[in-house]
Amino acid sequence: MTGALVIFFVLAALAVVGSISLIVQREPIHSALSLIVVMVALAGLYLLMGAEFVAAVQIIVYGGAIMVLFVFVIMLLNAGEEERTNFSKLATFAGIPLALAVTGFIAAAIAHSSASLPAPEPSGALTSTKTLSMLLFSDFVYPFELTSFLILVAILGAIVLAQREN
Amino acid sequence: MSLLTQYAFLIVPIVKIAILVFIVLTVDAYLTWIERKVVAHIQSRWGPHRVGPHGLLQPLADGVKFIFKEDPLPANVDKVAYFLAPFLALMLALTSLAVIPFGPQRFTVLGYQTGIGIADVDISLLVLFSITALAVYGVALAGWASNNKYSLLGGLRSSAQMISYELALTLSVVGVLLVAGSFSLREIIEHQANGHLGLLGWNIFGFTKDGVGFTQIIGFFCFYIAAIAETNRVPFDLPEAESELVAGFHTEYASMKFAMFFIAEYTSMITISCLATILFFGGWLSPFPASWTFTHYVPSLLLIPLGLWVIFDGMRYETIFGRIVLPGVGTVLVAIGAGLIVFPVVNEAIQGVFWFLAKVFTFLFIYVWMRGTLPRFRYDQLMSFGWKFLLPVSIANVVLTSAVVLWRMH
Repeated sequence: MTGALVIFFVLAALAVVGSISLIVQREPIHSALSLIVVMVALAGLYLLMGAEFVAAVQIIVYGGAIMVLFVFVIMLLNAGEEERTNFSKLATFAGIPLALAVTGFIAAAIAHSSASLPAPEPSGALTSTKTLSMLLFSDFVYPFELTSFLILVAILGAIVLAQREN
Repeated sequence: MSLLTQYAFLIVPIVKIAILVFIVLTVDAYLTWIERKVVAHIQSRWGPHRVGPHGLLQPLADGVKFIFKEDPLPANVDKVAYFLAPFLALMLALTSLAVIPFGPQRFTVLGYQTGIGIADVDISLLVLFSITALAVYGVALAGWASNNKYSLLGGLRSSAQMISYELALTLSVVGVLLVAGSFSLREIIEHQANGHLGLLGWNIFGFTKDGVGFTQIIGFFCFYIAAIAETNRVPFDLPEAESELVAGFHTEYASMKFAMFFIAEYTSMITISCLATILFFGGWLSPFPASWTFTHYVPSLLLIPLGLWVIFDGMRYETIFGRIVLPGVGTVLVAIGAGLIVFPVVNEAIQGVFWFLAKVFTFLFIYVWMRGTLPRFRYDQLMSFGWKFLLPVSIANVVLTSAVVLWRMH
């Protein structure tokens, strides 16, 4: 139990540091790398909770496919160091209080609900993968298909936007 | 002692990792020797033959050279990414080998049950794909960080190529997954075991126990082409096309950092060969029917003549070194071959590993063979081939296999 807790805190710290570094870095590619660290740390957290399939898919889809596209585009545009504008007044008066409020709200929600949430049952990966697919294609088949449809629409939209120039 | 058994779950894998890394690095080194020798003979040359008998010590000389070479840092590089890239490439390439099962045996060390291979995960294929999915960053970052237009173009090409071919690679495997019904590489191999049919039970032929076959040859075709593209090898080696891009993404790397990219490339070749062996060619299963027990002497039959040939070949050398090393190696080979005949227990135990390694080396040889014979693709050909041919064919294979699996169920 303590071993799992140590791993949890290491991964959580990695995710938080990665997220902060994502915003602070000035070089776009360093930001992209920080995001990859966050993705991998999240996958580790999923793995810790016994969701092996989700963890693997997290790395394959987010870490592999999507972030490679990010890095690819940054390299293709050869984006230089990002230019900073002055700290805007809107951020000082609206942004910071709002961010604090949201953080407080999430923290309060987690603090209140942690006792009532059922712990994930430790199960073999095969069964968890199988259960996941069974659920996806039986109980949640409509949301699942709807999501695929949404992605399809997005792909078509991207193609239309890209071809409008010609 | 109790401390040993208590931490066996930590100690045993670390020892296994050390052994595997040592073996893999040695095989990598000698793969360069095999590659240079085979390509040289294809082109009617001798290849390396000065350092040691048959140039066998050339990898050692290369290694020493890599360590002692000057390692200049180019101007205006992005230091973090520049140093991270080779480590990332090598680390991910080596890590992907962790889930490969090399043999059927399971044994208990210090009360800890383990097998031949580092980790036996239930979703080992997905783990492997998730590690190889990250492998592109090594090459892409190296290209970007070097502050060199050739490197940048190499990195860009490689990212584009890997994105394009990863889809076909993943989809071509879905057929095998549907047939085997598992993500575990061990279970995929065990599913291909077919006592009286031997090699016909492998996924490439796909005969089941009742004698009906459904071949995954389309899947293998897509898998192997996509895999070669993923490892950036000829005919898909555009990221390092030397006539256009100097050396592509590793132009600005020297010394050990260059060697790390090299080792990463060869290690991913080994991983892909292992994967092809496991998914389509039955992994550690023997190609002969189980009743042909005399085929268990095949390892000895290969080792003893090879050893004898090496001994006689060593006699030709006039250097003391050649006369000692080659006959020594030959004697060891003959002794191992004879020992396998004398001790049937050992012989039975190494059958699985022997067939696994034999298949993996065949695939590695095909890699080298292709490098010696095929010309390079043009970049637009590469892209249109990947998207317009390989991807539709692998999707068609998925649909076809699903239909057959469904039809078999009813």
